[in-house]
Amino acid sequence: MQAIIEHPWFLPLTVGIVIIALFPLVAAYIVLAERKLLADFQVRLGPMRVGPHGLLQPIADALKLLLKEDVIPAAADRGLFWFAPVISTWTALTAFALLPFTEQLHVVDVNVGLLVIVAMSAVGVLGIIIGGWAANSHYPLLGALRSSAQLVSYEVALGLALICGVMSAGSLSMVEIVQAQLERRVWLAFDNYGLMFIAFIIFLISAIAETNRLPFDLPEAESELVAGFMTEYSGLRWGLYFLAEYASIIVIGGVGVTLFWGGWLRPFPNVSWLEVPLNVVFPLAFFLLAALISFRLSRRLLRFSRWRALLMAATGAALAGVGLLFLLPVAHPTLSALFWFLFKVGLFIYFVIWIRGTFPRFRYDQLMDIGWKYLVPLAMAAVLANALVGMLRAT
Amino acid sequence: MWNALFFYLFALIALGGGVLVITRRNAVHSALWLVVSLLGVAGEFLLLGAEFLFAVQIILYIGGVVLLILFVIMLVNLDQAARMRQFNRQWAIAGLCALVVGAEIAYFVWRGGPQAFQLATPVSAGPGEGNVEQLADVLFSRYLLPFEIASLLLLVAVIGSVVMAKKRS
Amino acid sequence: MAERTYLGADELILNMGPQHPSTHGVLRVVLKLDGERILRADCVIGYLHRGIEKIAEYRTYQMFAPYVDRMDYVAAVSNGLGYCLAVEKLLGIEAPPRAQVVRVIMTELNRIASHLLWLGTHALDIGAVTPLFYVMREREEILNIFEAYCGARLTTHAFRIGGLQYDVYEGMEQQVKRFCKMFRPKIDEYEELLTENRIWKDRTIGVGVLTAEDCKAYGVTGPLLRAAGVKWDIRKAQPYSGYDRYEFEIPTRPNGDTYDRYLVRIQEMRQSVRIIEQAIEDIPEGPIMAKVGKVIKPPPGEVYVSIEAPKGELGYYIVSDGSTQPYRVRVRPPSFVNLQALDKMARGGLVADIVAIIGSIDIVLGEVDR
Repeated sequence: MQAIIEHPWFLPLTVGIVIIALFPLVAAYIVLAERKLLADFQVRLGPMRVGPHGLLQPIADALKLLLKEDVIPAAADRGLFWFAPVISTWTALTAFALLPFTEQLHVVDVNVGLLVIVAMSAVGVLGIIIGGWAANSHYPLLGALRSSAQLVSYEVALGLALICGVMSAGSLSMVEIVQAQLERRVWLAFDNYGLMFIAFIIFLISAIAETNRLPFDLPEAESELVAGFMTEYSGLRWGLYFLAEYASIIVIGGVGVTLFWGGWLRPFPNVSWLEVPLNVVFPLAFFLLAALISFRLSRRLLRFSRWRALLMAATGAALAGVGLLFLLPVAHPTLSALFWFLFKVGLFIYFVIWIRGTFPRFRYDQLMDIGWKYLVPLAMAAVLANALVGMLRAT
Repeated sequence: MWNALFFYLFALIALGGGVLVITRRNAVHSALWLVVSLLGVAGEFLLLGAEFLFAVQIILYIGGVVLLILFVIMLVNLDQAARMRQFNRQWAIAGLCALVVGAEIAYFVWRGGPQAFQLATPVSAGPGEGNVEQLADVLFSRYLLPFEIASLLLLVAVIGSVVMAKKRS
Repeated sequence: MAERTYLGADELILNMGPQHPSTHGVLRVVLKLDGERILRADCVIGYLHRGIEKIAEYRTYQMFAPYVDRMDYVAAVSNGLGYCLAVEKLLGIEAPPRAQVVRVIMTELNRIASHLLWLGTHALDIGAVTPLFYVMREREEILNIFEAYCGARLTTHAFRIGGLQYDVYEGMEQQVKRFCKMFRPKIDEYEELLTENRIWKDRTIGVGVLTAEDCKAYGVTGPLLRAAGVKWDIRKAQPYSGYDRYEFEIPTRPNGDTYDRYLVRIQEMRQSVRIIEQAIEDIPEGPIMAKVGKVIKPPPGEVYVSIEAPKGELGYYIVSDGSTQPYRVRVRPPSFVNLQALDKMARGGLVADIVAIIGSIDIVLGEVDR
């Protein structure tokens, strides 16, 4: 047993398998969170029917997608139509392998990790453009062309913003980037007298564009192009695209957190007296509060149906259990690091959803204008300024 | 052993992809096989311990060049892209070129004897120094002038394409 | 080489609709595109044609009244008002003052409801998802008032020829006042989300411009005309149903683009609230029905009456041959006339613009096709 655990392949394999196994579930529940949050912004309730407060909705959705008839248009290029979603999902999941959840908890740490993630997102574009082309229909093709043009454009600004972070950290390895932030005693978003914050904002905007979210969701602009490149897709294949989309949101959130927000580090990682309040009390309070809310909801549900109330209470108990784990000294360092990483990624996802509830959509030419005429020059300036300031500070 | 196996595997992917690029009728399929071929080359880079080149190969060639090729294919003629025939009238010249190159390679293999099939071991990077740093050092010190000239050339190309695009509309 | 299509190499025909999320029903637009630029936009209509004008010839005057609600179903009350006014003019009668005031209140509430629905869907087309739900929340209040008044929410058939069937219900005054008080800050809320929003402005300013001359040439009326700077509102120009008693302004804007139409409609909602608040204060006592016989048999003749419906000038042209059934009813629907200008507005724009433009015309296909 010991030998297995200490085998160099043990952790990567476990993490990898856990990612592949858990990811569809996590993505489905992010969708639920998104629907619930949007509903809250929009003065409605969101999914309420399947399970207590829609808790089982994602499972029902997944089941529906699996059971749907797999429609392939007669004039489509069958092979490519079949293959395109695979490319998207595969690249998105590969990028996951490079995210450092904690110092130890990751699949691989290669010395060009960040570049590989960018490379994966570059290949992922192929999945979109091929999917749109293979359907052999106008709307998907236009959607695919739009989306790949958008992704290629924003990749430039994104890359430049990433370069700022890489320059400050002095490494392309995801783990080393976080370690550099620990050594520099500052999250990179606040480095260089605030100059890095510009890079962070550029990253944020391009990240939203890269993940095709509102206000940059032109590829699937429902009111114009129906569903963009996914128009002809249905059932499981559509689900794969969906999965890839949410995977890329998490990945890009993870990249942003790693590069700009200190990865798995808690806030103020060098102030030692904050260790207990931030690493134990905060997560504990967070989960206990969530558990408390679940219990209250469960009491209210008791009037309608017993099993719903029971399920809600079980959810609350699970949340409380997770919270209590933080009190165990054995699991503690890794667990709280994981908590902070996921918490920050969660904040990013919340922000993205919030934006979606607020803004109208850009027009295609405006999107290109913003990308090329504002973001790219600004990003170049940010690179220059940060390089200069960084050099001056180093000497 | 593993290295050799992977080397030949990637070589096969690169070459097979290349052959399929020029034999497919459908231009989009050709472009996709080009992706496969480039992925094979990227794999070879990885095998040589040049991770940076591996990543850049994928980002630039697959994410950039092939995507633009696909764009052109799909934009220039939407309906005909699928039915487009290849320009294969010059196969005689192409065959001649292939023959000459093949002869050259065969000559070197013959001269090298059995060693020709052995893999060279990649030069390992110094301790604490990654592939990226080495490449940067060389590019910005020894090859600074060629590097700058190359960037100037690219800049000219960028400006040229902008000018040409402007004139048309 | 495969054979060349008859289009130029860069041109593409895109068929938008009739099943398309943002053509507001079953409008079909055939777009001729150069890349993303629109060279031509042809509307194909008729998918919702029910022959309402023909039906009128086989119904008595009273029996036809509910049918008009099915034209512009989001502004059913306005449709009913126009029809009632037309038949009343044919009969040479006028509704009693009490009925007129209630009619004004209902019609203005309906104008708000119609504009609200327009705002929500228009914003949704441009990609702002959230306003739709806010708007539905307020529209619900209006529909509740309708329901309490006449039992129906959408196709209300609220008025009768010669006046009203139902008197003001108990508590209506308070309910309407409460709505007005609640609604004003809500308009600010919508404006907060959109009016100064940079993306919203980018998407709408300068899009789908229609000048005052174009409007006149195409016969475009309503908010589109007013957004082009023409102060034309039938409520002021040819007051009906006692509109001349109320103080309100005609909001206009100079540029005639999508953004101006948005602002004009927002202002119109504020003005409608103003009218309702004045009207609800003094509802005169008295009968609610003029003297109309059980059988309506107008003298032979013809009449054209138009009102300012939420979407523009809604006209009824009725020819009577002296029998109980109209000889001919011709409706001048604002959506239909305004939709003509789509091609003019869309040319030179991008695909994304056509969605904004269709939204800004505010069409209801039930009215376009009839």
